[in-house]
Amino acid sequence: MSAARQIADKGGARWSSLLRATAWLLLAAVVATPLLLGEGYRLPGGVGKNYLLTIGIFTGIHAIIAVGLGLLMGYAGQVSLGHAAFYGLGAYSSAILTTKLGLPPLLAMLAGIMLTALIALILGAPTLRLHGHYLAMFTLGLGMIVQIVFNQARGLTGGFGGVRNIPHLGIGSWQFDTKPEFYAVVMLTLGVTLLMAHNLVNSRSGRALRALHESELAAAICGVDVARSKLQVFVISAVLASVAGSLYAHFMRFVSPGPFGFVFSVDLLIMVVVGGAGSIWGPVAGAALFNILSETLGKIGEQVPWVADLDIVLFGVVLVAVVVFLPRGLVTLAARRPGRARGPAIQPEAQAEA
Amino acid sequence: MSLLELRSVTADYEGLLALRGISLHANEGEITALLGANGAGKSTTLNVICGLLPTRSGQVRFAGEDISHLRPDRVVRRGLTQVPEGRLLFDDLTVRDNLLLGAYSRMRRESRRRIEEDIDGVCELFPILAEFADRRAGTLSGGEQQMLAVGRALMSAPRLLLLDEPSAGLAPKAVSEVFARIQALCRRGTSVVLVEQNVSAALKIADRGYVLEVGQIVLEGTAEELLANRDVQRAYLGKDYEEV
Repeated sequence: MSAARQIADKGGARWSSLLRATAWLLLAAVVATPLLLGEGYRLPGGVGKNYLLTIGIFTGIHAIIAVGLGLLMGYAGQVSLGHAAFYGLGAYSSAILTTKLGLPPLLAMLAGIMLTALIALILGAPTLRLHGHYLAMFTLGLGMIVQIVFNQARGLTGGFGGVRNIPHLGIGSWQFDTKPEFYAVVMLTLGVTLLMAHNLVNSRSGRALRALHESELAAAICGVDVARSKLQVFVISAVLASVAGSLYAHFMRFVSPGPFGFVFSVDLLIMVVVGGAGSIWGPVAGAALFNILSETLGKIGEQVPWVADLDIVLFGVVLVAVVVFLPRGLVTLAARRPGRARGPAIQPEAQAEA
Repeated sequence: MSLLELRSVTADYEGLLALRGISLHANEGEITALLGANGAGKSTTLNVICGLLPTRSGQVRFAGEDISHLRPDRVVRRGLTQVPEGRLLFDDLTVRDNLLLGAYSRMRRESRRRIEEDIDGVCELFPILAEFADRRAGTLSGGEQQMLAVGRALMSAPRLLLLDEPSAGLAPKAVSEVFARIQALCRRGTSVVLVEQNVSAALKIADRGYVLEVGQIVLEGTAEELLANRDVQRAYLGKDYEEV
């Protein structure tokens, strides 16, 4: 490699690290904004601090599930149509164990994780050995069964009425009973989730996952236990959904079957596909876009009622546009760094000698 | 001593019989060629050996052990690795990551240093891989990709390497280069089973060979015997009746 080329590369590296730093700062600013805003301050449309925090909390909760689902779809190449059920299992575990047995929230959350992991294991072990989209069908079935249980097992779940008076999330006497505190907890959990996902993708088993992502056959030839790797990702993604469900239960302090149905499973798929499966940040972007769009439409809908019903149409249009123009999701926009597509900017040898 | 042995193996694709009782063996330290036209069952034989396709009857034995019903990843752990048809590299990963993935089955048992040493060893055999270590595999030329595919397979430290059409899609110069490397490999102690349509090139480096036709073995012998065989010359070496 010639000297000129090396200098050009170094310049590029400096630019990309500058861009990266800017991106991190921007992200930190966006995350911190709802916390730093004054109580009385109003953004256009009468959006205040509390409202922003709520959107942030929901975005965070959805993003935690979406990151896991993104790993499953992007790396194991499997679709789950029942992640809302895992989300619901986490939520109801926290709700029931804290209200009926008086368990501390963290212990209830842990129990939810174990229950969900067990169900995912039982469901995934036989299905992920098969080729094709059997997991999608199995999880679809699970979603229906779980919905029926939430609705019918009234003694346990309260049926349509749900479970009320769920305590605040807290560790001992430290209660996260204000919105800013809860927002911080959710963002922290999302941060840990992202860190874990990043480590997973870049570890030894992560390399196996990336191999799986490219070709199952080639991965098998390299000695990767394909079924086991897929099962691992599936269980991890189910557990993340369960954690998000527990957070939801402690935030709303009330759970009912509604939010854990098939529709939400599809919403999650939209978030992942729009944001970009097979990347870590894609699903986060998808969750943010989804929540911001639906809240914006909801706001407009307060004035112009028919707009509120447009969300399904709009998400449909966005989904189609992304699949056609950005098949790897919105993250591809961020990955396109300036200068990269242009190829070698300097013709090395000739320039170096001149 | 025979390292690999197939005993009247049959296999099918969803009812369509692809192997009709294949019996063959590959000796330790030798190159064994499987020859035949398209659809003769050569790749199917390799896939059955690797556990990618189940046998319907018969037995696959490797180093004295019945491996007919092992999963592909277990087979790799026994020391039997395939370089598949079309190479099946991980195009989006770097050359280095491809090599590391080849060593996947060893990572838990062996030290990082041993594996790094083996990467150096593979790069010695294929110097081009060291040069392009950080390039994406998809950006390599056909010949370089074939070297990487062989290198990746070698990273599992196999006793027996199954090569499926290593010459496919390569320029004549790259073919002779790849074949020279295969020969060097065998001299270093890795036994090879070589599936080829390029019969003359294969028999030049092979010790023994089999000719397959519609899922059956129709001919077997040493490379010299096969090269001298009239049917082989007519069918695969493109010689006319007058010439043979």
